[in-house]
Parts: sequence; structure tokens; C-alpha cells
Amino acid sequence: MYAQMVKSTGQGVKSLDEMDPQERAFQERINRDEKIEPKDWMPAAYRKNLIRQIGQHAHSEIVGQLPEGNWITRAPTLERKAILLAKVQDEAGHGLYLYCAAETLGVSRDELTEDLLSGKMKYSSIFNYPTLTWADMGAVGWLVDGAAIMNQVPLQRTSFGPYARAMVRICKEESFHQRQGYDIMMKMANGSDAQKRMAQDALNRFWYPSLMMFGPSDKDSVHSAQSMAWKIKMNTNDELRQKFVDQTVPQAEYLGLTVPDPDIAWNEEKGGYDFTEPDWSEFFDVIKGNGPCNVERLAARNKAWDEGRWVRDALLAHGEKRRAARVVAAE
Amino acid sequence: MSSVSPSPYPETDEKADKPKRHEWPLWEVFVRGQHGMSHRHVGSLHAPDAEMAILNARDVYTRRNEGVSLWVVEARHIAASSPSDKGPLYEPSESKIYRHPTFFDIPDDVGAM
Ligand SMILES: [Fe+2]
Ligand SMILES: [Fe+2]
Repeated sequence: MYAQMVKSTGQGVKSLDEMDPQERAFQERINRDEKIEPKDWMPAAYRKNLIRQIGQHAHSEIVGQLPEGNWITRAPTLERKAILLAKVQDEAGHGLYLYCAAETLGVSRDELTEDLLSGKMKYSSIFNYPTLTWADMGAVGWLVDGAAIMNQVPLQRTSFGPYARAMVRICKEESFHQRQGYDIMMKMANGSDAQKRMAQDALNRFWYPSLMMFGPSDKDSVHSAQSMAWKIKMNTNDELRQKFVDQTVPQAEYLGLTVPDPDIAWNEEKGGYDFTEPDWSEFFDVIKGNGPCNVERLAARNKAWDEGRWVRDALLAHGEKRRAARVVAAE
Repeated sequence: MSSVSPSPYPETDEKADKPKRHEWPLWEVFVRGQHGMSHRHVGSLHAPDAEMAILNARDVYTRRNEGVSLWVVEARHIAASSPSDKGPLYEPSESKIYRHPTFFDIPDDVGAM
């Protein structure tokens, strides 16, 4: 998802009997749905995993501004521009809520940022695809934010208090994102033939990358099993992907667009659609850094960080000077 | 009670020796909503000084009319109770059930009270 392929540090899930008393008490709190707070004792691996997961999630929100930011100056109307600007600003906010949550685990904001900029930490594969036409703003809101919602709604119940609270704030804002995307798609799909073609083309390009957002099948993954025992992952990747397909196919039908998968078929027995898995070799390639926009995205973040340095330093120096002056005045 | 920690995030203290020269201080943000409630903690942010912290808090935490008043406090100024004090701090009130109005049976004949 926004945090794909977070490798846990544990080997398999221990049973309560195998745990030492402190660990057992911790797991029992989680089993009772008690929230773990920053000052509470927690296993080192829980802390480490959460830093990775929340950090990846935060980075995805921040890098995720780039494909949409691409269209702000070229939105077709002033209203669409204002809406897109508000949406992208929300994503900056989401990144900030999540960095705050990660910081309560003892990692600093700058460490997280530097790990993103050096490529050590990842962000979601979806943001390495280009946004070529205005219809892509529709497809991104509808599909990408739609997929994010699938993942984020259950995370509101995650075991780590600051993460859960950040998710509650984020989920309140996401519905606007998806609806403004679908609204763009409706306009395009009901527009001229050329607009309709653009809408179909956007769906064609974003369908499989959106399915990849949930990550590869994790049915047998020990990493996922541990994360689920800790309630920092609430559903398997396959469960969420299925839910997303089931929700999205009728929405595409309503638009009069065709999901680019000839094998989509309703399966009465499982109560969901059968569908074709995305090309996982493409996914791993994008994660490795070889997607169409990986280089461009990281370069943009590095440029912003480097060129903003003098501003951060100047404001810090100014703040310190004023604090010092106030101390002197008080003495 | 015994251990009031000066930092809300004691884990960050382990890293205090690491240079953090470029990082703006961390501020905790409190917002009072529309309906006359107390200020409520909503999250935190980094800012170089209090004025910027208020402006950033406006952008980060009140984009949809969530509040009519903002407080920001530098996180290092917040003293917090420690989880290990949970027992000594809060258990004493558990046995004092007479502090709740439902402890007293008032006959229906008395009327609303
Ligand atoms: Fe978001
Ligand atoms: Fe979003």
C-alpha cells in the first residue's frame, strides 16, 4: 500500500507461551485492543517496524504531491485549480501528521527525510508513474486515493495510538480526494469523444499500477503475520485488493469505461470479481528504482530540500536570536 | 509521581547527543473548536518560533474550520506522567465510588434530582 513491502525484523510469530513476561503483557494489551502509546514499553522490533511503515507512508504522501502538482498550473478552470491545490495541500498535511507519529517513536524528522532522499527508505510504487493528461487527475483521485482509503480505513484501529489518530484525521479528508477525482472522470467520460478517449486511456494506464499499490500476495509471509499480530497491518494485501476491485468495477461501468482486463468476471461463489493479477516483475522493477519517474521524483525532492536549506537555517537562526533576546530582557 | 519526565517522548532523549542543528523545534498544537469546548491536543509540528508555529498550525490542523483558537507549546516544555506511575496515580480514585451521583439511591417520590 502506501507502505508496501515493509520487512519485519522478526522470524515468525511467537506464541504467548514463548514470550517473556514483558512481551506477553504487551501482546495481551494489543489483543485487548488497548492502544500502545509512545512512552509505553514496546518490543524493539515493533518500534523498528512501525518507524519503517509510518515513514514509508509519510514519504508516499509527500512524493505523491508531485504527479498531481504537475497539473495545478494547467487545470482547465479556476475552480478545478483551486480544488486540486486543496487536494495536494491535504497530502502535504497527511505527510506531516505521519512524520509526527513516527517521531514519537524516537526517530527525528531530518533522519526520515534524509533516508528518503538517499533512496534508503521507499515510497509507494504508484507515484513513479507519470501523469500525462488532465484525465489522469481524475484517475489518480478515483483509483489511487480510492486504493489508499481501502488501506487507511482499517488502520484507524491500529495498535499504536499516534498512528491510529493520524489515520483518523487522514480518513476524514480522503473522501473529498476520491470524489473530486471521480467528478473529473464523470465530466470527461460524458464529454467529447476526445475527452472520453482521454478518460479511458487514464484508466488503462492506472488500473494495474493501482492494483500493485496493495503489494504482492502476502498469504504466507511471516512479515505480514507478525505485523497482523501486532495490529499494525489489519488485512492481507489480497483481501484489500479484492475489495478494491469489487468496489471499482461497477464505478467504471457507471462511467461507461472499460477496465483493461478482459478476464474481469463476477464470481457468484466467492461474491467478488475474478481479475488478472498485475505484472509483479514490473512492480519489483519499479520498487528497485526503474519505474518511469523514479529518478525525476527523487531529484525533485532532493532539489526542494537542498534549495530550501538556507531558508530553514535562516529561520532557525532568527528564532534562536529572538529567544536569546527574550531571555536577556527577562533577566 | 516519582518520575515526571521533562520530555513527552523519552525515547528521543537517547538520540540527544546526535547533532540536530538544522531541525526546527517541535511544537504541540492545541485547537479550540467552534462550540466553546476546551483546547484539545491535535498533533505536533516543527517551526522555528512561536509565530511560525501558529501559522503552520493554521495550515496543518485547521484547513476545514476545525477551530477558532490555537495554542502552541514547545514540546520540551511539557511535563508528562510516566506509564509506570499509572497505578499510584489513578488507582486511588477507583475505590471512591461515592464520588459518583449514582452511588446514592434517591426514592422516585422525591422527584428529579
Ligand atoms: Fe493522503
Ligand atoms: Fe489523498
